[in-house]
Amino acid sequence: MAARGAAEALMRASAAGLLALVAVGLGGCASAVGHGVTLRFWAMGREGEVVQELMRDFERENPGVHVRVQQIPWSAAHEKLLTAFVGDATPDLAQLGNTWMAEFVALRSLERLDPWRERSTLSPASYFDGIWDTNVIDGALFGIPWYVDTRLLFYRRDLFERAGIARMPESWAAWRAALAAVKRRAGKRGYALFLPPNEYEPLLVLALSARSPLLRDQGTRGAFSEPPFRRAFDFYAGLYRDGLAPPLRNNEVANVYQEFARGYFAAYITGPWNLGEFERRLPPELQAAWATAPMPGPDGKASGVSLAGGSSLVVFRGSRHKAEALRVIEFLSRPEQQLRFYRLTGDLPARREAWRDTALTGNPRIRAFGEQLTRTASTPKVPEWELIANRLRDYAEQVVRGGAPADSTLAALDRDVAGILEKRRWLLARRHGEVHAESAR
Amino acid sequence: MRRGLAGLLVNVALALGALFTATPLLWMVSASFMPAGQASELPPRLLPNHPTLEHYATLFSRLDLARHLSNSLLIAIGSTLICVALCGMAGYAFAKLEFRGRERIFRLLVLGMLIPAQVGMLPLFLLLKGMGLVNTMAGVMIPMMAPIFGIFMVRQYALGIPRDLLDAARMDGASEGRLFWTIVVPTMRPILATLATFIFLSTWNDFLWPLIVLSDDARYTLPVALANLSGEHVQDTELMMAGAVLTVTPVLLVFLVLQRQYVRGLFLGSVKG
Amino acid sequence: MSAAGARAQAAAGWAFVAPALTLIGVFFFLPVLAGLFLSVTDFDIYAIAAPQVARFVGLANYRHVLVDPVFWKALGNTLFFVLAGGPLSVVVSLGAALLVTSRLARAPALYRSVFFAPVVTTLVAMAVVWRYLYHPRYGLVNHALSFLGLPPVDWLGDPHWAMPAIVLLAVWRRFGYNMLILIAGLQSIPDELYEAAALDGAGWWARLRHVTIPNLAPTLLFVSVMTMIDLFQLFAEPYVMTQGGPLKATTSIVLLMYEEGFRWWRMGHAAAIAFVLFVITLAATMLQLRLQRERDA
Repeated sequence: MAARGAAEALMRASAAGLLALVAVGLGGCASAVGHGVTLRFWAMGREGEVVQELMRDFERENPGVHVRVQQIPWSAAHEKLLTAFVGDATPDLAQLGNTWMAEFVALRSLERLDPWRERSTLSPASYFDGIWDTNVIDGALFGIPWYVDTRLLFYRRDLFERAGIARMPESWAAWRAALAAVKRRAGKRGYALFLPPNEYEPLLVLALSARSPLLRDQGTRGAFSEPPFRRAFDFYAGLYRDGLAPPLRNNEVANVYQEFARGYFAAYITGPWNLGEFERRLPPELQAAWATAPMPGPDGKASGVSLAGGSSLVVFRGSRHKAEALRVIEFLSRPEQQLRFYRLTGDLPARREAWRDTALTGNPRIRAFGEQLTRTASTPKVPEWELIANRLRDYAEQVVRGGAPADSTLAALDRDVAGILEKRRWLLARRHGEVHAESAR
Repeated sequence: MRRGLAGLLVNVALALGALFTATPLLWMVSASFMPAGQASELPPRLLPNHPTLEHYATLFSRLDLARHLSNSLLIAIGSTLICVALCGMAGYAFAKLEFRGRERIFRLLVLGMLIPAQVGMLPLFLLLKGMGLVNTMAGVMIPMMAPIFGIFMVRQYALGIPRDLLDAARMDGASEGRLFWTIVVPTMRPILATLATFIFLSTWNDFLWPLIVLSDDARYTLPVALANLSGEHVQDTELMMAGAVLTVTPVLLVFLVLQRQYVRGLFLGSVKG
Repeated sequence: MSAAGARAQAAAGWAFVAPALTLIGVFFFLPVLAGLFLSVTDFDIYAIAAPQVARFVGLANYRHVLVDPVFWKALGNTLFFVLAGGPLSVVVSLGAALLVTSRLARAPALYRSVFFAPVVTTLVAMAVVWRYLYHPRYGLVNHALSFLGLPPVDWLGDPHWAMPAIVLLAVWRRFGYNMLILIAGLQSIPDELYEAAALDGAGWWARLRHVTIPNLAPTLLFVSVMTMIDLFQLFAEPYVMTQGGPLKATTSIVLLMYEEGFRWWRMGHAAAIAFVLFVITLAATMLQLRLQRERDA
């Protein structure tokens, strides 16, 4: 009797709760039901905003295909993509930073694109070698480059000229001397180069130029104590030690553009997004005073290698509309679409054909990028790379800001990296063992 | 005379304290109305010279914050209703209903309160994945549906319900369910209101769990959307401030409206702790 | 109570607690146990794709955690938050409570609301606001310092000042809640005790020491323990404001756990960190309770 009353109360509460759950769950699961195919396309930041426009034209060309672009902020993109994979909620296609390729390939979440590419009009020759290479993991193609990115020097040509340097030098030794000259002229009021220790890209650029593989033994151990990396690292640390660059992180400098305009520093190793930013944020009287130049190399221009950055377009294996998704990729890879995208975002096109356009060839600052792109290399294509790069940055910061000795710090980094890569070593050894067992049979 | 000086000191201290407490909130509101770039001026501005609503317009049009607002509301209200029901019943039962093992189970729950929520967060995520609840509203609501702290709070309060009241009703032939609904719930109204406010605030403000569970940006709650904004538009201070005002306002309103209930409930529920 | 009545009550009791217990059991204790299990494996990104490559590693994760200098740094940071922020928060709350309940205060309800306002604000939104307040050049904090003739501080960029900056934010956000609890405690102290003390000639300081504090002790303990547990789990402030930097100066244990688990997908390792945190929190709580019991004795 009493139990029934309690059960009643319980039922009522559970019913209410269940109803709420169902309502909320249903609301959450609502999906578009309609004719034709709806593709889910994830794009980040500004690219995400802009590509929606381009998709209108694609939809006109492909009636029956609707592309739903979802914009994801860069700050959360990595976590979001991985969470989507674990939660079985990946989109059909997505923009993927090419440094993340290895990770998503390791997850077996991306669709191989070789069969399709071979049948299509796209060819590796249309792309910059270094950039194309970032999309090839263990011989298989997993992405098509969408836009490209690399790092090179942005500098105050007027300040360099006043210090007696007419053109940006091409070798490290001459470059260093030029920076020293600029610093001498600036005295206490400034520095020559802005090199934030919390950005690892400039250090990687120097390492790639010095031809350091960064990881050795098939990407299972660190190569940070070996001569090529040491050469780059010593050069890097020397820039701070000799007062050519301030040990200030990029969020400690109140406003990079203001400081550049003030002449607090005269050079900055950064990427193409700053072309637009510099134009927008520097005062008009300084617009003629700044320029870009490809990275100097340890042994002259040809050794000035930079990062092969940018984003690719990838298709997820879980997609049920791969054919349509590939059509989107083909569409966005057309030179005229690449140029249109460039005009809307400032992101440099991946297709070399697009680079013939006067919008790019007519601008000397952009030409420097075009030149640098022919000299790019990929960072190690292991899933752990981003973690390792972050560790590299932390250890480097210890030396640069904390005054720790380079030898022991880099040795410690190598040990740390060996630990991080232990699983990879184990997996590779296992695969090796399996292959051997196979061939022994 | 001494009383006058003491009074002055007390009120000055209070005023200074209020200034320290309220300044960040006031500046946030002020900056949200400043035209772009004004919040980064040197020397720092306190008030906008040309107040503008452009950032609020941007938030609603470009960044779809209206949807995030409604997501947050849905989750907060859903969690609150379920939690009040479940914790209300359980808290009362632990306080006033005799059943075997009651104390042992309760002690276990108290121990559970000491376990930081993050300990089970990763496996819970994997469990939800297995149940297909990742990236759903239900998945976001689950941790708040029956928080142990809620049961603890209600039990604490329910301990004070006079036994005679309950026994008298029982002797009149009322079932436990009827008893609960007609007598206990009205008596527990202050603590239930407190619990409701507390859960509403907690779910509204919850940041880590929705960040982990939701991968569809259309489903983002307000704090998560705001955090996503934070990484991108680092230079757009005023836009950020408008987003912050939007996130804080509903919660402040709830507090002010329920203030009397909330404060009273707190007194009665926690002092005996 | 009759046997039938007892049975009815027991049945009702079980029925009432069942829904909550089920949810807690399935969605809290079960994951916690699973977490314990994950922590003895090397579950990582490779295992997400192919669970069979997850290996049982015994206590290796725990060993790894305990020799990791970053973990100790995070632990040190977290202890700083707890030991600096905890007492500061309690003292500020007590001060606010005493002021608001003072008979000399005017508009106490208004002040109570203002002091409580930071508590109800969204943590993420407030961290963003404070990040701008702490800006080395444009922030109001340094602006205020300049009025006092003090040089500007790089609050979030200087490893020495980043933690106090976060602690200040944490205290600002929390003191109102504790203040309300302490107000309740203060108001339950009978007036006769104060009158008796006044009759004995005790001034306000003596009354505070001999009447207020001793009678407030249980409430103060409750507030201290809850604050401590909360600060051990500090995450959102460092995550939004400093991402754990500069030079890991503001990395808390939970932030470390989040990065390990959700950025690098080293879930076995992250689970081990979570458990170590639990053990530490438990130990700290027991310690605090025992100290109080000894003080009472």
